[in-house]
Amino acid sequence: MFEALSGKLTGVFERLRRRGALNETDVMEALREVRLALLDADVALPVVKDFIAKVRERAVGQEVLDSVSPGQQVVKIVNDVMVEALGGAGAVGLNLNAPAPIPILMVGLQGSGKTTTSGKIALRLSQRLRRKVLLASLDTQRPAAQLQLQQLAERAGVGSLPIVAGQTPLQIAARAMETARREVYDVVILDTAGRLSIDAALMEEVKQIRFATNPAETLLVVDAMTGQDAVNTAKAFNDAVGVTGIVMTRMDGDARGGAALSMRAVTGAPIKLTGSGEKLDALEDFHPERVAGRILGMGDVVGLVERAAETIDQAEAEKLARKMAKGTFDLEDFAAQLKQITKMGSLSSILGMLPGAAKLQQQIGDANLDQKMLRRQAAIISSMTAKERRTPDIIKASRKKRIAAGSGTTVQDVNRLLKQFDDMSGMMKRMNKLGQKGLMRHGLSALMPGGRRPF
Amino acid sequence: MALGSFFSKLKQGLSRSTQKLSESIGAVFTRRKLDEDALAELEDLLIAADLGTAVAARVIASFRRSRFGKEVTDQEIRQALAEEIADILRPAARPLAIDPTLKPHVVLVVGVNGTGKTTTIGKLAQQYREQSLRPMLVAGDTFRAAAVEQLQVWGQRTDATVVTAPPNSDAAGLAFDGLTRARAEGADVLLIDTAGRLHNKAALMEELRKIIRVLRKQDPAAPHSVLLVLDATTGQNALQQVNVFKEMVDVTGLVVTKLDGSARGGIVVALAEEFGLPVHAVGVGEQAGDLRPFDPDEFARGLVGT
Ligand SMILES: Nc1nc2c(ncn2[C@@H]2O[C@H](COP(=O)(O)OP(=O)(O)OP(=O)(O)O)[C@@H](O)[C@H]2O)c(=O)[nH]1
Ligand SMILES: Nc1nc2c(ncn2[C@@H]2O[C@H](COP(=O)(O)OP(=O)(O)O)[C@@H](O)[C@H]2O)c(=O)[nH]1
Ligand SMILES: [Mg+2]
Ligand SMILES: [Mg+2]
Repeated sequence: MFEALSGKLTGVFERLRRRGALNETDVMEALREVRLALLDADVALPVVKDFIAKVRERAVGQEVLDSVSPGQQVVKIVNDVMVEALGGAGAVGLNLNAPAPIPILMVGLQGSGKTTTSGKIALRLSQRLRRKVLLASLDTQRPAAQLQLQQLAERAGVGSLPIVAGQTPLQIAARAMETARREVYDVVILDTAGRLSIDAALMEEVKQIRFATNPAETLLVVDAMTGQDAVNTAKAFNDAVGVTGIVMTRMDGDARGGAALSMRAVTGAPIKLTGSGEKLDALEDFHPERVAGRILGMGDVVGLVERAAETIDQAEAEKLARKMAKGTFDLEDFAAQLKQITKMGSLSSILGMLPGAAKLQQQIGDANLDQKMLRRQAAIISSMTAKERRTPDIIKASRKKRIAAGSGTTVQDVNRLLKQFDDMSGMMKRMNKLGQKGLMRHGLSALMPGGRRPF
Repeated sequence: MALGSFFSKLKQGLSRSTQKLSESIGAVFTRRKLDEDALAELEDLLIAADLGTAVAARVIASFRRSRFGKEVTDQEIRQALAEEIADILRPAARPLAIDPTLKPHVVLVVGVNGTGKTTTIGKLAQQYREQSLRPMLVAGDTFRAAAVEQLQVWGQRTDATVVTAPPNSDAAGLAFDGLTRARAEGADVLLIDTAGRLHNKAALMEELRKIIRVLRKQDPAAPHSVLLVLDATTGQNALQQVNVFKEMVDVTGLVVTKLDGSARGGIVVALAEEFGLPVHAVGVGEQAGDLRPFDPDEFARGLVGT
């Protein structure tokens, strides 16, 4: 439903092509679109206003470079300001500069992902940094919350504070620190109950916990889908306990995540980590430049490439790439590629990271192209003869019937696969024409038949 | 619960969630001409309540038509704006009617992670108990750590049977067993909890469809209701959530939770416009009694602070 910001700006700038410096009126008109895009991405209104003022200041009077359109120029400035506002380039790690046991305090609204994130951080610290981690749940509010953290600790293979019924959160915190000292833990993660920023009693409680434990990190855990309320929450928690870092959860969803900008602006604290799934290994460093692209609707290309790099067999991928470039990509390669894609996770979540892919993602959702389907397609291809795989054109009615029977599918399924292969080959030809740069600039839409070019 | 405390809690929740908006409206509109600037500020206030840019613009456009240039007081503007918003919300105010002849009326509860599905089931069970109906609960979140135990606590609190299966079992199979048992034991309502899932995960959405397919083997009309639980702090992504869940599992109604917080839940206005789904109830706290019928006038008045 959202169009890439660059797409939106097209209309505004079509009339102004090639006009020297960006003037105030042009910029203001463009910034109206930027404002809407940011609000649609859930950046909080006061933060949007500051942001727009900054962009305007920087944009007015700037020479438009010969090589780009005024629209691209403004998008570039918007993107630069956004990256800066999100914390500049690169990721900021957790601060572990404190005497052991190092307390890390997790705070946030109900259901934002504190407990899961506690488990994820524990896993990361114990596996990557070989720290001895103790998980302690101070959540006496939500039913079975302490048990939830205990089970996560087991899964992560770290220690968890024995559950003692009837203790107050403050008492549990004290016991956690004591236990950690006695049993020589390096890090103690204190998971707290979710609380509303306007709940005075519970905010007072968390203040006391903070005071008693003096954590090296106080992490505010926020859902990426959060709307305008992000500013209220961030301010209240920051005022009460002094937030030292932010964790954005559910980045695996399709929310644009404007709350990241709001939270950062209000607290001044860096966004340190992002959650990208329910499993304990789904924790990633925060990269401002990627999330900027996401908020602006320009896709997280780097994230996609990185995810691909992690899961895809490098040699295999390079072989496929060479074949694509030469245009000798056949069904055999298609099968290999399907296997790679299956490894990377659901196709729609991958596509969500690409610019302009929202529509395509929807179509795929409609077609229910999930893992099962990918496996079915792999089965179809494996029922073909080598010759059929290399020269799919020879697959006519009788061969189709045989292949369908062999793979336990229908002729329709076989047709669908062949059609998809055709589409894909077509897409690849277009991709080769466009080159790597063009793909980054125009996004996936350029690959689709009749795809609109942003500028 | 005493009626008095019922209303005071509701009012407390609603007024808290809208306090800031109303303060700013108060500041902006004390006897002032409704000019372009004033309208723009009013539009901003609606945007800051999560109504979204498009809906805020539409609400303001109809204001412009009827009131532009008039000298308006604070009170007038609030009333008119509340009226405007209530008009949009009114068709959505439909409670979830349980059909006691179905035995059981099957309610499937779905939504993205952490919105309040399990808690809402606990609250609904409490309500049905108070109406002398017999609820039975199915711990269909077999994925998240201690999700079963969480629902079991709610079962104890509301004296309702909880049907469970070991971790990571097939949720559809469990739902089927739950229905068998509810029929055998003559339960009035079967509330099926499900694991939270993001709407963009096709495989997980497919899992929900499977639950429905399997239930229908026993009762072709099941589930009789599919509740989507939404968190009031959610921004514009709620539109996407409703869109996909509706498409995939035929959502029949919404429950909006966490309205006791500072989030104003303005997205409900956008949802009412776009989808016209009923909002069956709102959550205003973490306790069993903290579920309220959705009252559009109250909600709208709360939003603008009258
Ligand atoms: N303040 C407030 N908190 C609520 C409300 N409804 C639920 N919660 C809290 O929100 C958190 C998440 O609620 P759950 O019921 O576990 O949500 P869920 O959708 O079942 O979560 P998952 O199963 O983990 O996806 C818990 O801490 C609840 O106590 C509400 O109306 N107001
Ligand atoms: N998809 C997704 N789900 C998450 C993520 N982090 C947490 N969750 C889920 O969100 C729900 C609430 O998480 P929980 O840790 O219990 O939240 P808490 O109430 O703040 O402690 C659970 O269903 C988690 O599995 C994430 O990064 N992505
Ligand atoms: Mg928790
Ligand atoms: Mg649950």
